[in-house]
Amino acid sequence: MLTKDQIAQRIAKEVKNGQYINLGIGIPTLVANYIPEKLEVVLQSENGLLGIGPFPTEDQIDPDLINAGKQTVTMAKGSSLFNSAESFGMIRGGHVHLTILGAMEVSENGDISNWKIPGKMVKGMGGAMDLVASADNIIVAMQHCSRSGESKLLPECSLPITGIRCVKKIVTDLAVLDISPEGGFILKERAPGVSVEEIKAKTAGKLIIEGEIPEMIFE
Amino acid sequence: MINKTVKNAREAVADIPSNCMLMMGGFGLTGIPENCISALLEKDISGLTIVSNNAGVDDFGIGLLLKKRMVKKMISSYVGENAEFERQLLSGELEVDLIPQGTLAERVRAGGAGIPAFFTPAGVGTEVAEGKESREFDGKMYLLESWLKADFSIVKAWKGDTAGNLIFKGTARNFNPIMAAAGKICIAEVEELVEAGELDPNQIHTPGIYVQRIFQGVDYEKRIEQRTVSK
Repeated sequence: MLTKDQIAQRIAKEVKNGQYINLGIGIPTLVANYIPEKLEVVLQSENGLLGIGPFPTEDQIDPDLINAGKQTVTMAKGSSLFNSAESFGMIRGGHVHLTILGAMEVSENGDISNWKIPGKMVKGMGGAMDLVASADNIIVAMQHCSRSGESKLLPECSLPITGIRCVKKIVTDLAVLDISPEGGFILKERAPGVSVEEIKAKTAGKLIIEGEIPEMIFE
Repeated sequence: MINKTVKNAREAVADIPSNCMLMMGGFGLTGIPENCISALLEKDISGLTIVSNNAGVDDFGIGLLLKKRMVKKMISSYVGENAEFERQLLSGELEVDLIPQGTLAERVRAGGAGIPAFFTPAGVGTEVAEGKESREFDGKMYLLESWLKADFSIVKAWKGDTAGNLIFKGTARNFNPIMAAAGKICIAEVEELVEAGELDPNQIHTPGIYVQRIFQGVDYEKRIEQRTVSK
């Protein structure tokens, strides 16, 4: 099973040179730590910053400079600042190439639920609905099963939907899976030491297994 | 130049009545109008509808207005870090419209720019779409969303001049410029107020036409929600 950092590390391998990328809160934020230095990418923060730099040192902290998770950040070289309407204009306009976000559930046709548990928790959707409705390339980072052991990869989402038919790829603690355009989770890679049978048992939605499934490789 | 200066926050918010609609700039606690929030707390008003991306935290920002039961309704996108908010919402004491952040921003922008409605993909197939008109453009579905306008918008800028021109700093810009335009009366509090002509016109983010009242704020706390440092 992968740690959260390993999930982030595996997702970082999907990043391509020249991309503008929006990273969600949680595991997606960790992806920034694993993007190879030779790649030139720009991280977008939907509260109005293109070019998120590393977290500040104590004496660099600026309360007027935070990311969408409200964490203090710095600005990378060549960054720019803008208002919230402009920020979502660039998101809806398709200018952000890759969106990485967390999820509570993903369905086999690529629907995602990640904003609300009815009657329990009220947080709001933030920018997630805009991001998933607009991005061409969405990767979900999440645990394969909930804390109570229920599969989070389902035939249909049971929680309120954030967006429909939008997720392209999922990286969990057990596997890398693509969403088939015809519906279904295509198993692409296994976490080291995790068997296809275990992934099968923990995937409630339709799992498509074609040929030998390789283990993930971590350099 | 028209002089927009008022003495302080108390004077700026003096005529804000109960049951009106307010917009408040800020994302999390960054770029919130701290002075005006304090001045509103001194007033005996209630039944406010507040448009703000977040609802502050329990003991700072809009959280203080909630605690004093001055707010009837919040129109926001994310309210995760406020236990009092969650309590009032789940108990039915507070009405809340949760709106996708980009839709919220665009509705505010539209309100200030005279666009009554627009189509957006955010929320298609979700509960946000319930009761809304949808339409297909180039093979993709979109929802019709309408503008938001307010009786008063309250914004916080870094620098401003007596003509109401504003400059923001860092990600404290967020919703502030678009809200400035969407309020019938816009109150701007700034960290540094200068005479008209002292700011470089090339650097102005919000032109003074949108701002009706401006004052230099005091004692900014700028509380940090998630102090994160590199190791």
